[in-house]
Amino acid sequence: MPTLPARFQLAYDDFNLDVNLQLPSTGVTVFFGPSGSGKTTLLRCIAGLEKAPLGYFEINGQCWQDSTNDLFVPTYQRNLGYVFQEANLFPHLTVLGNLQFGLKRQTPNTVSPTELQDIIELLGIGHLLTRKPERLSGGEKQRVAIARAVLLKPDILLMDEPLAALDQLRKQEILPFLIHLHQHLSIPILYVTHSPQEVAQLADTLVVMETGKVIALGGLTETFNRIDLSFAQDKAASSVWQVTLINHETDYHLSCVAIDKNLLSLPLIAADIGTKLRIQIYARDVSITLAAPTATSILNRLPAVIKAVNNTDNGQCTVSLTVGKQALLAHITQKSAQQLGLTADLAVYVQIKGSSLLR
Amino acid sequence: MLSPADLDTLWLTFKVASLATILLLLIGTPLAWWLARTPSSAKGFINALVSLPLVLPPTVLGFYLLILMGPNGALGKITTTLGLGTLSFTFAGLVIASVLYSLPFVVQPLQTAFNGIAQQTLEAAATLRASPINTFFTVVLPMSRPGFLTASILGFTHTVGEFGVVLMIGGNIPDKTRVVSVQIYNHVEALEYTQAHWLAGCLLAFSFTVLLILYTVLKTPPQVQQLK
Repeated sequence: MPTLPARFQLAYDDFNLDVNLQLPSTGVTVFFGPSGSGKTTLLRCIAGLEKAPLGYFEINGQCWQDSTNDLFVPTYQRNLGYVFQEANLFPHLTVLGNLQFGLKRQTPNTVSPTELQDIIELLGIGHLLTRKPERLSGGEKQRVAIARAVLLKPDILLMDEPLAALDQLRKQEILPFLIHLHQHLSIPILYVTHSPQEVAQLADTLVVMETGKVIALGGLTETFNRIDLSFAQDKAASSVWQVTLINHETDYHLSCVAIDKNLLSLPLIAADIGTKLRIQIYARDVSITLAAPTATSILNRLPAVIKAVNNTDNGQCTVSLTVGKQALLAHITQKSAQQLGLTADLAVYVQIKGSSLLR
Repeated sequence: MLSPADLDTLWLTFKVASLATILLLLIGTPLAWWLARTPSSAKGFINALVSLPLVLPPTVLGFYLLILMGPNGALGKITTTLGLGTLSFTFAGLVIASVLYSLPFVVQPLQTAFNGIAQQTLEAAATLRASPINTFFTVVLPMSRPGFLTASILGFTHTVGEFGVVLMIGGNIPDKTRVVSVQIYNHVEALEYTQAHWLAGCLLAFSFTVLLILYTVLKTPPQVQQLK
């Protein structure tokens, strides 16, 4: 698979960005990190909104920046889409005017009226076209902003915390649109967030950043489920698995999914057999037993091997396990860990009390 | 009633103020944009310079302009070399003086309007293929419309009201430099109070109407604190 080389070095008074990445050319790459970790700055460098003194970025054979050859293509000449935290709609234009703003300036203009209609439908903004931005809700504004960026058929879509300014309800309103969008577009999407939930739902590739540097990069499941990253310490820590739907037990209102050679039962999923699904298992919903549990009401019992046990605050500990080839995190008390004598390489069983479907 | 001479001064005043307003917008717009966006340390200096006419007695400004435009002044020498003669006591000189005198009244509302446009709005335009120049004309200008209205009206009315500068550099030449404010002064000097009443009444009605429009129709009153 071709990759996008992205190298940037930039220094402010109290902040250094120093990254050298090969980004995947498809799917959603999520940049995760605390504020000040440089993820937004990196995105701005790729867009050309920030000019890193040392930088290189290339996409589809076009070089956007090459500081060694003094090449810097200004933002307006880069074929990109950018969605900011705030929608930044132009207040003097209607929704339609905002959508057409980029189209009017793009040469060649390759978007047909049907394609325009498709995007408008995909983001559910058809009924808003004649309105001025001041008469839209926060969620509606952001959907228009996303449509406005996507319409230009960019080579790359850059999204800087597009949900951060919205309340929980509006987030839930937009996330399905983003997942649809991702399936609709074949271009790389770079997505900046500090929300683990958005990472779990959207990411195909995960880049974890801290103080201007990349500390982890990899496929979502490998990276997200790692115990050494901040995700595992979170009270709402979870693991994400990629599973395949294999049959329905309609009588019990359950669906059966497979991961490697293991099977899991989930509440009935309205999807066809063979569909690839992404599920999330909260660490607090995973318990550990030494012997194979028999008389238990918990359906999902799987053999596992402990990889590491990390003590955290308040008498809790995080246990990292492998189930087949998959990584799994469990939050249990330090007392249980001691009583069971949990250490690395110990073969155990995990009981999974519940899991939720991400997409 | 207004005499033909009075009507002439009204017409001349209108000409000076209109021309000055057009020039003020042409000069003031890039200047205000620069002041609103520059990180340069020269900003404070330029701001102070532009605002000088707010606090300076008009006679002081007029005096310096008279020197500058006179045969031995820097500007006077240039215009003489170009075969234009000196600008003092001419219509052109009056317009130039008006532009300097009313500059802060145009630059400051524009600067306020430009400051109100978030950097991110401009960045959004750039990510939507708009060049900086295109962004200025299709995003910044339409978004600053109230600022432009305020700036034009203040620039025009303030030019109409000038007196001290005109006396210093324009004098009192009928059809060339005799504007309404000077004509009112002439009438009062000659104890022609009726004539003075007519002209003064015209200016009073004009100024009030303009402010009424600003405060009611446009709902963008000029901020005195912001100006002074």
